[in-house]
Amino acid sequence: MEIFTLAFMQRAMAVALFISVITPLIGNIIVLKRLSTIGDALSHAGLAGVTIGLCLSLSPVITAIIFSVLSALTIEYIRRSFPNYSEMATAVVLSFAVGVAAVASGFVKSSAGFNSFLFGSVVAISNFELVTVIVLSIAVIAIMLLLYRELFYIAFDEEGAYLSGVPVRSINLVFTILTAIVVSIAARTVGSLVISSLMIIPVACAMLISKSYLHNTVLSVVFAVIFTLAGLILTAFYDLKPGGTIVLIGICTLVVILIVRKR
Amino acid sequence: MAILEVKDLSFSYPDKSILHRISFSINRGDFLCVVGTNGTGKSTLLKLILNRLRPTEGSIRLFGTDSSQFRSFSKIAYVSQKATSFNKDFPATVEEIVSLGLYSQKGLFKRYNAEDKEKVYNALDRVGMAGYARNKIGNLSGGQQQRVFIAKALAASPDIIFLDEPTVGIDIKAVDSICCLLGELNAGGITIVMVTHDISSVIYHSNKVLILSEDGSGELLSSQEFTSRSFVNLHHHHH
Repeated sequence: MEIFTLAFMQRAMAVALFISVITPLIGNIIVLKRLSTIGDALSHAGLAGVTIGLCLSLSPVITAIIFSVLSALTIEYIRRSFPNYSEMATAVVLSFAVGVAAVASGFVKSSAGFNSFLFGSVVAISNFELVTVIVLSIAVIAIMLLLYRELFYIAFDEEGAYLSGVPVRSINLVFTILTAIVVSIAARTVGSLVISSLMIIPVACAMLISKSYLHNTVLSVVFAVIFTLAGLILTAFYDLKPGGTIVLIGICTLVVILIVRKR
Repeated sequence: MAILEVKDLSFSYPDKSILHRISFSINRGDFLCVVGTNGTGKSTLLKLILNRLRPTEGSIRLFGTDSSQFRSFSKIAYVSQKATSFNKDFPATVEEIVSLGLYSQKGLFKRYNAEDKEKVYNALDRVGMAGYARNKIGNLSGGQQQRVFIAKALAASPDIIFLDEPTVGIDIKAVDSICCLLGELNAGGITIVMVTHDISSVIYHSNKVLILSEDGSGELLSSQEFTSRSFVNLHHHHH
């Protein structure tokens, strides 16, 4: 147990816990609006940002946020040009991000650093990153609570929300930017390639047992926190990759719930 | 006083003209049915009134305000064909859905208090669904769901309710009871505008009928005129 007394592990735990709270908050809306592919596109954009940051020796978390937010705005922009083919926008941005990440990764000096962003890592989280994650997480939680009812309404019935006076377009824009921020900061511990699963799996588990929207939101956060804690503990003892471990624990839980519920 | 005034309204998509110079108005307390065969623009008319589409020509005034400027969202409510189209697995209770109907009254960022909860339960009571407040919306029958959506519309005490084919995909018995419910609400003072392809179940509750024709024209009749005319039509078909 003394591994948890080490400073780097405590930092990793703090970052992971904040991320496990904000990821399902965003994931809930993404799943209910059937936008799962946007999480994918933005996490790849985050990865492209990370790669550029590593090349230029800038903070990868910051470059990831910038690149991912710009991609989110681009998706919204392309979507308006092709309103009936909105999934094309995410595909274009995803391809572009993968292209940038692939080319830029050739210039990254330490491949270990790059790898840690692909599948997550608990080592070497700087104090700056710790503070960035905590501040942004608190901001995301505050905004999600403030817009709780508006986002619920839009997710359930966008047309109805508009006719009740919900500023649908502005709120959708704010939400897309929040999504970009969350996938970028989450890339640090769970990794870009698995972040969208961490958005979806806790929500999927919650949806199988919850009756209300509130219940579903709370439950998905509880699941994500449990998956993350369990994943980090296993990671520490068996020297595994945290992102993959967390996701696999989530998938196992989902399968167990599916089987138990069938009975 | 006319609360909805439509004047010389025309609407066309780039390749197709839908509505052509339609004019009608309805007063407080009216129950209007909009009928017409598929493709005559019934739902399009509703979208135009609710400012989801812009007219090609003509004007629409809601409570004296041009529909594009209309912002008094709590005066209006809208019930869609949602009962047959929303995702059954959506995790939300009846109470949560009906409370969304209060949004037009509360506005952005507002918290909900005990009084709001009472409004939600009153609305559920009026549609006979108070016993289902904690049920998951997707577990109810189509007719029950549509009652819940009517309760959502009632929550903010609107002056007028617009309904787009509210009885599609619902079994006959439930259709009759929903039409009776709408009749009761109308008798209680709420103006109703309902798009429907199934006029027979609702004609006795309504007082006006707007018939949209294939050529894009529209004709407003009283319900009595409509029934006597369709009787004549029926008679012609027999001979």
